[in-house]
Amino acid sequence: MSWINDPWPWYVAGPLIALTMFLLLLVGKQFGMSSPLRTTCSALGAGKAADFFRFDWKAERWNLMVVLGAIIGGFIASNFMSDNTVEINPEVAQQLSQDYGIESAQEAYLPTEIFGLENFMEPTNLAILLIGGILVGFGARYAGGCTSGHAISGLSNLQLPSLIAVIGFFIGGLIMINFIYPLIF
Amino acid sequence: MRYITYLVIGVFFGIVMFKSEAASWFRIYEMFQFGSFHMYGIIGSALVIGVIGVQVIKRKRVGTLDGSEMSLKPKDKGVARYLIGGTIFGLGWALSGACPGPMYVLLGAGFPSILVVIFGALLGTFLYGLLKSKLPH
Repeated sequence: MSWINDPWPWYVAGPLIALTMFLLLLVGKQFGMSSPLRTTCSALGAGKAADFFRFDWKAERWNLMVVLGAIIGGFIASNFMSDNTVEINPEVAQQLSQDYGIESAQEAYLPTEIFGLENFMEPTNLAILLIGGILVGFGARYAGGCTSGHAISGLSNLQLPSLIAVIGFFIGGLIMINFIYPLIF
Repeated sequence: MRYITYLVIGVFFGIVMFKSEAASWFRIYEMFQFGSFHMYGIIGSALVIGVIGVQVIKRKRVGTLDGSEMSLKPKDKGVARYLIGGTIFGLGWALSGACPGPMYVLLGAGFPSILVVIFGALLGTFLYGLLKSKLPH
């Protein structure tokens, strides 16, 4: 059946993400994928350095189980349900190739020029991945949530703070793509 | 048993993230270039169903499976932390092409390079914890 291997269209994926949120609500939890980062810091002993990590992380172990599940889900989907290529807008693919030398659009799931085993250890790529990660971790905690916590959970509950956060996500993303990318690639 | 439930929900979420390509750097780049409706459709359709569902839950007072109240706590009020924190998050999201959920999914999908992003995200979370009292909220 082709729906197993073909990418799922947005109108299938979106409702299934909403379903994930409802399933978590039904078992008494909240959908948010950046809280596990805080739980992990706490479990690793960050409570010694900052009050922010001094809480009963064992009570939050459930979100580490969701993370473990997401890892397994990624394994299953990439190995048994996908040809691991992503077809984006051809104009965007061409622009990536022309402006930034990223040729792997339409052929890979992630740009091999950055994420490929032979490439990610290059200093520029390491910096992109590390700084990107730091900004995501710092920003998510500062804003009190990430895409799942604010853009899905918070907005579904009509929370104004989540709308402000999501506007922030786009301000940051547009600044990065339009002003900072031309400087680094 | 409860932990198996959380694990299964995680597996489901992981498959959805990967299959919808929301975990792909290319899709995130394309979204910020307004190159396709795909990501907007995913978030938009999740939201339409999410808003309707949460309204139904509130009006019908639907509880959790064990009968307690659902975790629909209102967010703390404020502007600065959401706008500044959100913008910082957006910079990182567009740079690494990964938000927290997809990071884990990509690790399972066999991209060891994503460990650098996950390490960075843990470091960023730790830095926030250290600096929290000095930041405007």
